[in-house]
Amino acid sequence: MNIHEYQAKALFAENEIPILPSHVIKQGDDAQSICESIKDQPWIVKAQVHAGGRGKAGGVVIVRDAEQLEPTVTSMLEKTLVTKQTGEHGLPVNTVLLEELTSIEREIYLAMLVDRGSKKIAIIASAEGGMDIEQVAEQAPEKIFTHLIHPAAGLQANQIRGVAYALHLDKPQIKQLANILQSLFKLFTDNDCSLVEINPLIVNAEGNLIALDAKINIDDNALYRHQKLQEFYDASQQNQAEATAKQLGLNYIKLDGNIGCIVNGAGLAMATMDLVKHHGGEPANFLDVGGGATQGKVAEAFKLVSSDESVQSIFVNIFGGIVRCDLIAQGVLDALNEITLNTPVVILLQGTNAAEGKKLLENKSPNIIPVDNLTNGAQQAIALAVEA
Amino acid sequence: MSILINKSTKVLCQGLTGAQGSFHTEQAVDYGTQMVAGVTPGKGGSRQLNLPVYDTISQAQIDHQIDATVIYVPAAFAADAILEAIYAEIKLIVCITEGIAVLDMVKVNAVLNDSGSILIGPNCPGIITPGECKIGIMPGDIHRPGKVGIVSRSGTLTYVAVNQTTQYGMGQSTCVGIGGDPIHGLDFIDCLQMFEEDKDTDGIIMVGEIGGTAEEQAAEYIQQKVSKPVVAYIAGVTAPPGKRMGHAGAIISGGKGTAEQKYQALDRADVVTVRTPAEIGDQMSRLLKV
Repeated sequence: MNIHEYQAKALFAENEIPILPSHVIKQGDDAQSICESIKDQPWIVKAQVHAGGRGKAGGVVIVRDAEQLEPTVTSMLEKTLVTKQTGEHGLPVNTVLLEELTSIEREIYLAMLVDRGSKKIAIIASAEGGMDIEQVAEQAPEKIFTHLIHPAAGLQANQIRGVAYALHLDKPQIKQLANILQSLFKLFTDNDCSLVEINPLIVNAEGNLIALDAKINIDDNALYRHQKLQEFYDASQQNQAEATAKQLGLNYIKLDGNIGCIVNGAGLAMATMDLVKHHGGEPANFLDVGGGATQGKVAEAFKLVSSDESVQSIFVNIFGGIVRCDLIAQGVLDALNEITLNTPVVILLQGTNAAEGKKLLENKSPNIIPVDNLTNGAQQAIALAVEA
Repeated sequence: MSILINKSTKVLCQGLTGAQGSFHTEQAVDYGTQMVAGVTPGKGGSRQLNLPVYDTISQAQIDHQIDATVIYVPAAFAADAILEAIYAEIKLIVCITEGIAVLDMVKVNAVLNDSGSILIGPNCPGIITPGECKIGIMPGDIHRPGKVGIVSRSGTLTYVAVNQTTQYGMGQSTCVGIGGDPIHGLDFIDCLQMFEEDKDTDGIIMVGEIGGTAEEQAAEYIQQKVSKPVVAYIAGVTAPPGKRMGHAGAIISGGKGTAEQKYQALDRADVVTVRTPAEIGDQMSRLLKV
C-alpha cells in the first residue's frame, strides 16, 4: 500500500527523523484562517497524490507572496493532478502539505527496502540524490552504495559508518545520519514497510540533515497487524473499479484496451493478457478471480468487467482444478441472469469437468461463445471486439 | 524416478483441522500420498480424516517418521509454522499459505539458511510426482507419470503447462510450484539442478513471470550447467510498471524485472522460449521428438 508524503512524514516525526516545519490542509478545512495565521513567510505547497512527477505537473508551488498563499492552496485542493505517472485521468488532490522553504547545500539519496535477491533488508545510499536515482544506478552504479542488514544482527555501527563515509559527511553530520538510519530501520520494521525512500535527504546551509521528501510503501500482507496504518488507505487515489474489486477480493487492474479478461490465477491472468496482445488485441484489464475460482467470484468479476465502457468483448479463461468447470459455467450463467449483457463473451474452460461446463454454456445465448483452446479463444475475442 | 518426493515419502499436514488443510489432505490421500499425521495446536489427541492430530511436530515425530510437511496454516501464523518445521528438522517443507508478511519471510529465510531443510513456497500450489505423491492443491487428475520436469512461479498457469504435456503424451516426472512471493524457498536454479541430475527427466519446462531477476539467473545457469532441453515461458509482457499483478512478487519496479529483459536473457543463453502459453507443450514435444 502506498501512503501519502504527509502521512510518511508523520511517521518520520514520530521516529525523530528530521523534517521541515509543516502544515497539512485537507478539503473541508478552513484553509483561509490557517493560511492567514502562517502567511508571513514563504511556503512550498505540495499536492498529496500517490504518484511522482508532481513538480513538473504543477503539484509543487513555492509561494513567497503572502496574499497568494490561500488562493494557491485552495486552487490546488480543487485540482486533479496529471503527472507522467498518473495516467491521463490524473489523481484528485484532497490534501496539500505546506512546508517551510529551506536552503539546500547538498542532495543525498537514502532508502531502505526488502531486497528479494539477498532476502534481506537493504540500505541504499548515494551522494547523487535529488535526480533520477534509476539513471544514476544505470549510468554510474559505483555511486550507489548498498548494505544488507542481517535479521539476526540488525543494523550495525560499521554499516552506518560505511554509509556515512561513502556520502562524505562531516563529524556532526555522521552523528545525525546514525540517528536517522537507526530511526529509519526501527520505523521500517515496526511498520512492516517494503520501501522507505528519502529523496532527497538534504544538507541545509547550517549543515544539518533534513528529509525533504518521503515515500513509504507498506506490505499489504502485514496490514492486518497495523490498525493505525490501515487508516492511511486513500481510496480516492485508486481507480474506482480497482477499489471496488479490492473490496470484493478480486485482483483487478484497469488497462487501456477493449478486451475484458476474466481469469483464475495471477500467472494465467498475465499470460491471458499477453496472449491477447500477441494476437493483435489490447487487454482492457488484468483480473485474477483467485486460483480456486468460485461461482460467486466469477459472477462478481463479470459485473465488474462488463461495467467497463471500453470493453467490447470478454475473454473468460478458467483452468478448473479443485473447482470444477461446470460450477464455473453455472456461475457465468447466474451472472448473466442478473445483468443485461450486450458484449460477446468468449469462454475457455480447461481442466476438471471442462466438457460438462462447455455443454452447459452451449446454445444458452448468442453472446456466449465457448472455445477449445487458448489461441482460438484470444483470436475470437479480438475478432468480436473489432466487429462491435 | 523423480525429484524431492516419491511414493515412499511420508507427509505431515500442519493445519490439518482447518477447512483448506482438511480438504486438500483428503484429496492427497485419495491420490495415494502417504499422509501420516496432522498438527493443530490445541487439537492434539483428536483425529481428522482418520489421521492422528498432534499439538506439535515433535510430538508427532515420536510416533511417526516424517519426511515432508505441508502447511495450510493462516497467513498470520504460517511463518511460525515454517519455523517449527525447520526446528523439527523436517527435510522438505511445502508452504501453500498465501499472504505471509515479507518481513516474516526475511526472518524465516535466515533460519532456513542455517538448516538442512528445503522450503517450497510460500504462496505456491506445491509439488507433485505424478502417480506417486501429491503435496499441495494442484488437481491430481491432469497429471501423468512421465518425463518432463516442470518448475513454475505460478499456479493455474502451471496446470496449463501440465495439461499440455499430458495431452502430448509426455507426462511429468515432477512438477514444482516455487511460489509467487518475493521471498520464497526453493528457486528455479535449485530445481533445474535436480531435474538435470534426475535420470527420468528428459526435458524441463520453466514458467516465469515479471518481477525480480530469478529467471535471468536461471538463464545463465542453464547455459552453463543444463544439458537437457529447456522450454521457457514468461508471463507479463503486457504488465505495466509499478502495478502488482496479483502475486506479491510480480511487480516491475525500478525498471527491473520486465518480461522482455527475462526473454532476452533466456534467448542469449540459447534457451528455447515461447511467446504464448499455448505453445509450451508443442515446443517441448518437438524438442523431445514425441
